[in-house]
Amino acid sequence: MNRKVVKEDVDSRIFDAINIIVLFLVTVVIVVPLWNVIISSLSSGKALAEGGFIFWSKEFSLENYRSVFNDNTIWQSFLVSISKTFAGVITHVFFCAMIGYGLSKRYIKGRKLYVAMGVITMFFSGGMIPTYLLIKSLGLLNSFWVYIIPALFSYYDVVILMNFFRNVPDSLEESAKIDGAGDWRIFLKIFIPLSMPAMATIALFNGVGQWNDFMTTKLYITNQALYPLQMKLYEIIVQSQTQSMQNIGGSAVIETTTKGVQLATIVITTLPIVVIYPLLQRYFISGMMLGAVKE
Amino acid sequence: MPSPALQQMGKRPMGQRIKEWVTDFRRQWEIQSMVIPGIIFMIVFCYIPIYGLTIAFKNYTVIDTLSSAPWVGLDNFRIILSDKYFWDSVINTLGISFLKLAIGFVIPIILGIMIYELNRGRFKKIVQTISYLPHFLSWIVLGGMLITWFSTSGLFNQLLLELGLISKPSNILLDAGKYWWIATLSDIWKEAGWGTILYLAVMSKIDPTYYEAARIDGASRIRQIWNITLPNMKMIISLNLILTVSGLLGSNLDQTLVLMNSQNREKAEVINSYVYRMGMTQGDFSYATAVGLGVSIVSVILLVAANKITSKLNDNQSVL
Repeated sequence: MNRKVVKEDVDSRIFDAINIIVLFLVTVVIVVPLWNVIISSLSSGKALAEGGFIFWSKEFSLENYRSVFNDNTIWQSFLVSISKTFAGVITHVFFCAMIGYGLSKRYIKGRKLYVAMGVITMFFSGGMIPTYLLIKSLGLLNSFWVYIIPALFSYYDVVILMNFFRNVPDSLEESAKIDGAGDWRIFLKIFIPLSMPAMATIALFNGVGQWNDFMTTKLYITNQALYPLQMKLYEIIVQSQTQSMQNIGGSAVIETTTKGVQLATIVITTLPIVVIYPLLQRYFISGMMLGAVKE
Repeated sequence: MPSPALQQMGKRPMGQRIKEWVTDFRRQWEIQSMVIPGIIFMIVFCYIPIYGLTIAFKNYTVIDTLSSAPWVGLDNFRIILSDKYFWDSVINTLGISFLKLAIGFVIPIILGIMIYELNRGRFKKIVQTISYLPHFLSWIVLGGMLITWFSTSGLFNQLLLELGLISKPSNILLDAGKYWWIATLSDIWKEAGWGTILYLAVMSKIDPTYYEAARIDGASRIRQIWNITLPNMKMIISLNLILTVSGLLGSNLDQTLVLMNSQNREKAEVINSYVYRMGMTQGDFSYATAVGLGVSIVSVILLVAANKITSKLNDNQSVL
């Protein structure tokens, strides 16, 4: 056997070993804090005050969750989060698919102008204040619709869907036209069912965005009944921060109670995403690819 | 010399062309009815706010409408230049963005290559699944976690105590001097794994025969990465760099809003949160818009500049 090859083999094994060790450490750095949040949320206030655990709690307790769920406004927020996510995703995907389908037809009059207008929106925007003034003058402040209407459209998603529709063979459309079907019928009955994978991808990205969105509430909503979970959590965090700053060296009891509530709310807010995430992971990845290979 | 008939076909009268266009448009009413709602949406939600940027040159107060507010020219911009808090927020934005760029841009590349080099199927899947996960947490959730991790009885202090690195717990979120690092590292923790996806996709397309040839020539693994993997990723790295650089000034508003407190404010305030504070909490709409407009203009300049530079590096091929 050649000496060079043997040496290269050893080097390569060392490389692999270091690689595996480092990546193992990376996963530990990600998992340990998340695990710590979960077990801390399941600990009694007394154990939280004492601190000192990383992997396993000293005193298992559901008191944090009990006090969170005893608060009716949390249920209300849960409902807001769920309804805005569902309604937002369905309307967004349909609206973008409709426009993407229209733009996928090269013969459509005005196409150049439409595309130019869309591309400009990807690079320029009015920013926070002019958008706020618009939303205000449209009467969308403190309305559930503010979660849905401004989020209807995204030119990125239109482009992705447009490219997807283009890959559907023209003959399908032609034969349907011969049978007398109009554009709407073809779109609804042929293209939508065929495009489920692309639409599912966009739905997932948009769904995570809707679930995690907090700025819309912060900017446009003051009515507590319309607070989603993210805003609820934000309030709890801000509250506990001011409290803990006021009590530096003071009452530890208040601090640990709010800390427990905070942890439980974090887990509740994140749970839906963490539960569906492994099931949908491959869609997320193919979605990234779709987004990357557009143009 | 073309015949008069041919000339006429090329240049039909304007009126006739418009007429034809309108007839075609009418015939397409069904497909047009799908596109037009989108155009209306863009006009209302994208172009009206762009027009609304004019309030940066006006003195807009709550009682005014967009058209009734008096023009003040560049007055708002003049005030910005002498505003200490604005410059603080610029320095913080640049400082945090520079750290995020210097560290946060390179880590996904290294991490991606490391994951790519893992040949064991199972472990590779686990690493990928776990490293993508934090991307899906919102900044509010992550902010809440950071606040509990860094609290005096939280994970961070416990670890340092147990390792004997500190003798007394303290909350580093209240330590303004460390804020830039907290902002940078938490962003990396959240996004580094997700950032590898595109790189991994590009690497999976590299022809494996390159590696075989390199192995026969006796190239070490590091050498193979340097001479095969990295050159193949040049284009996607450039593209990512352009997008990152053009977004430098718009750094994470959610992150700042949740992690900023009265103790770390002077080091935590970024341009975006300053716009939020001036506009939304103090009601100075014209001033806040002027700040936002300035940032957008600089961002576009950065985008163009980064595109120029990276296209030079990619043999004059424009990446965008």
